[in-house]
Amino acid sequence: MDYVAEPIPEGYTGYVEEEHHHDYAGDTVFGFWVYILSDCILFATLFAVFAVIGENYYGAPDAHELFELDYVLGETALLLFSSFTFGMAMLAANVDNMRGLLQWLGATWLLGFGFLVMEVNEFIHFTHEGAAAWSSGAWSAFYGLIGTHGLHVFAGMIWMVFLVFQLRQGGLTMKNRTRLMCLSLFWHFLDIIWICVFSVVYLMGVM
Amino acid sequence: MSEHSPGGAAHGSVKEYVNGLLLSLVLTAVPFAIVMSGAVSGPAAVGVVLLCAVGQVFVQLIFFLHMNTSSEQMWNVTSAVFVVVLVAILIVGSIWIMNHLNHNMLMGH
Repeated sequence: MDYVAEPIPEGYTGYVEEEHHHDYAGDTVFGFWVYILSDCILFATLFAVFAVIGENYYGAPDAHELFELDYVLGETALLLFSSFTFGMAMLAANVDNMRGLLQWLGATWLLGFGFLVMEVNEFIHFTHEGAAAWSSGAWSAFYGLIGTHGLHVFAGMIWMVFLVFQLRQGGLTMKNRTRLMCLSLFWHFLDIIWICVFSVVYLMGVM
Repeated sequence: MSEHSPGGAAHGSVKEYVNGLLLSLVLTAVPFAIVMSGAVSGPAAVGVVLLCAVGQVFVQLIFFLHMNTSSEQMWNVTSAVFVVVLVAILIVGSIWIMNHLNHNMLMGH
């Protein structure tokens, strides 16, 4: 059979970007979403490790002796309200209210900072009580899981500082809106991970 | 919700965020109250804690992350469902295998 070449369409360059570059921001946000999903797998492995060796205390104090649920409730509240204030920041950004955006981001940052201070304080307290990261398999799994979440919160706070500088310099450009959208996904995601942490590690730990 | 930003993510409204916050507060208060008061114990308490956790994850996905089943979000939701399957295999599989291993090694039994 004879092969008949199709006529090349008008404006065809062979590069996919030529056809899709208008959707650049959407691709970025979707790509970031895929990163967050891959982070879910990271946390899933840490939860699996905790589920498997989370009770191998090897003589170190156990969860019943150390966990204080009202303290954890405080941490939970800080993170939940920070997720809400980030939502308010997004609404301010949608109506081009730069002042409101920066104020809500500031509130979010302070709530995140409060959460981290409480968490580090808890780690120091536990370590003094004999439950250090190197004391037993259970505590290694505990610090591995919760420390990784805390590092993510810390990274989000650094990112927020940089984003505020970028917003003050460039205003609410399309690029900055995309960055803001990615950080908001990241921040809400961290609160969702924390729901699993307080339910599985703290609440089920003292049962 | 009519407006959508890049990536199929919807914008949301104050009402939506407030509703999400209130539901999250309830779904946080219930498991903490049950465990701290000791009103319910055993498998029932585990069940309530897990149900509230799953409920709150969905509340935040819907009210804070504005996930829905619209066509703009098809790839976001499809990829998320795929990851949920991976996470389930990872966690359930690990617990299952290691329990059998412990059992065969006569550890703790």
